[in-house]
Amino acid sequence: MAQTVLMPQLGESVTEGTIGQWLKKVGDAVDKYESLLEVLTDKVNAEVPAPVAGTIAKILVENGQTVPIGTPICEIEVQGGQTETAPVADAEPVQADEPQSQPSKSPTVAAETDDGQRGRYSPAVRRLAHERGIDPALLTGTGAGGRVTRDDVLSASDAHEKPTATVAAPTPKPAAHESTAVAAMVPGAPAVIDEEDTLQPLNNVRKVIAERMVRSKQTVPHAWLMVEVDVTGLVALRTKLKEEFKAREGVSLTFMPFMIRAVVSALRTVPSMNAQWNGDSIVMKKRINVGMAAATDRGLIVPVIKDADQKNIVGLAKASQDLVKRARNGRLTMDDLSGGTFTVDNTGAVGTVLTYPVINAPEVGIVTMESIVKRPVVVGDMIAIRSMVNVCLSFDHRVVDGAEAGQFVTTIKTELEAITQETSIY
Amino acid sequence: MAVMTYLEAIRETLRQELRRDDRIIVYGEDVGVRGGVFRVTEGLQAEFGEQRVIDSPLAEAAIIGTAIGAAVNGLRPVPEIQFSDFIFPAINQIVQEAARIRYRSNGTFGVPMVIRAPFGGGVHGALYHSQSVEAFFAHVPGLKVVIPSTPYDAKGLLAAAIQDEDPVLYFEHKAAYRSLKGDVPDERYLIPIGKADLKRPGKHVSIITYGLMVSYALKAAETLDKEGISVEILDLRSIRPLDVEAILDTAKKTGKVLMVHEDNLTGGIGGEVSALIAEHALFYLDAPIVRLAGPDVPAMPYSPPLEHAFMVTPEKITEAARKLAKF
Repeated sequence: MAQTVLMPQLGESVTEGTIGQWLKKVGDAVDKYESLLEVLTDKVNAEVPAPVAGTIAKILVENGQTVPIGTPICEIEVQGGQTETAPVADAEPVQADEPQSQPSKSPTVAAETDDGQRGRYSPAVRRLAHERGIDPALLTGTGAGGRVTRDDVLSASDAHEKPTATVAAPTPKPAAHESTAVAAMVPGAPAVIDEEDTLQPLNNVRKVIAERMVRSKQTVPHAWLMVEVDVTGLVALRTKLKEEFKAREGVSLTFMPFMIRAVVSALRTVPSMNAQWNGDSIVMKKRINVGMAAATDRGLIVPVIKDADQKNIVGLAKASQDLVKRARNGRLTMDDLSGGTFTVDNTGAVGTVLTYPVINAPEVGIVTMESIVKRPVVVGDMIAIRSMVNVCLSFDHRVVDGAEAGQFVTTIKTELEAITQETSIY
Repeated sequence: MAVMTYLEAIRETLRQELRRDDRIIVYGEDVGVRGGVFRVTEGLQAEFGEQRVIDSPLAEAAIIGTAIGAAVNGLRPVPEIQFSDFIFPAINQIVQEAARIRYRSNGTFGVPMVIRAPFGGGVHGALYHSQSVEAFFAHVPGLKVVIPSTPYDAKGLLAAAIQDEDPVLYFEHKAAYRSLKGDVPDERYLIPIGKADLKRPGKHVSIITYGLMVSYALKAAETLDKEGISVEILDLRSIRPLDVEAILDTAKKTGKVLMVHEDNLTGGIGGEVSALIAEHALFYLDAPIVRLAGPDVPAMPYSPPLEHAFMVTPEKITEAARKLAKF
């Protein structure tokens, strides 16, 4: 008897998945919970475990194909069982695939459907979308070929205008507004393709990064500033502690936990940096969840240290290294990627001394820690060799002004410069 | 108030007008003794005499030419062209003379003339008895062209056309003569020329049409209503001058326009209406403007299957409107 395995739902806003790779082929025996295949979505990649033990009878969807959630993807022949269709056991998400946690609102269309009209907008759609501050690319088209119709824009706009009407009585939740800043999208400059050039198709991570970056840069008015921080004391402290720390805690002591602690302190001092833009309001976030941009061989991802304000240096070191390790092994969960309220980017790891980071919208700011370099600096009336680091901040100028942003980076500077060889890390 | 056919409404209006104003004369081929080939003028000669209801020679240029002369000299002629297909011998008189006399005489003379002509196909009339000719005349400044779609409009538009101080072409669809019935008030009333009529409000697709096609469009709208597609129907009534405001209103309202006429596609009124919408309501359009019209073939065929293929039918309108609604 065969049991059908369905495409699992790998995240609440996910509507389809792409078969990344079958780990089993027809005729292979599988144990219950043994990984059958890898599924890619625009949020996570996950290995899908077998719901039952048996033999792979049929593979219904081949590598690289994209199908909606709930589509049968394979059949497992079970000894003596009955034919049934069962949802797979909870998939274990293995690979985080996107740089931030904001659920994607982009409608996803199954590969088989005719989506020839997606992205083609009638004059009425363009005008209404512009007037009402709606990005038609984010709507699900109900017209022929997935076309976004005038009525789609109107109903999206109606829903947008009276969102509180449907909110339940006891604790009305503030309504999340789509940013109304985006209006006209200008098509990008076309690439010039010469004969000897090759085309590399975009993978899911690349697509998501591209979409997020464009959206951030087009909708968020980025402002930027930088401070120089003298971390001679911090460097000395780390040098003193790192061997002992590694032996005792099992993880390396890097500069990141100190940086995150300084950022947490600055977020407490300037709460408007721990916020999100909400169209006609600003959401002041209660929790301080710090995202850490991490480079992986599949692209940039931003796992989040939850409640970073409740952790000391050891806790931050363990949490950040756990996340980075799992990110590189492709073992992050959806939860690891969601809920960030501010982002810290350890750009120094790439060797830079100055960067202009792109804000992880709807967060308000992103701060970088650049390479620590020894430089001659004036201390008092003398020139001294000090370990210096640049801290760069991009911030959403709709939410905060230069004064708060300056206070924010100055707090980081003060915190980091206050660290000496004698500072306790507990 | 009485229920009348489209044909009876025209006849009774002529009778009422002839009684009202003795400057009005009716003439044309067989309109007198025979009462017209379709019996539109039946009984009029008996009531008003040979001086006012006149059988003319079989010569359209002469009918219109003498009507122009009579009009310039103070009568209010209502000549009939037996089939609109035969209007072409008179086109020189209509376009070069009637349409221009007011302009040419700097307003001194006018031609208060109404040319009535049955038109349209689907009645096994074949090549010479099926044509739609309205677009030829709608092109000409100085002429007015009206095409009623109901018995009520047939009366009000004919009375308004007779009242008008300038030449009006009044086209009557042959298939409408006895198939369309409706309430017609006894008293005289005028429907302003140049005013369209919103036949049915709707929200998904606008059908802009005129004449017999209005009743076909209404049937299509009934069918589509059951499918949840709400169709708005605008009856142009006058195709020159066009009611630009009403056209733009409905186009802006639904954003999807289906233009329907039986006349050939190319150079038909649909093209003019489409251009107006494109010029003035582009940013309200949610779909390309669609024209459903007679095909660009030289004439209506006699073979019934081919004639049916030529004709715009309620089914074809339904299909086109459905497709547009789903776009």
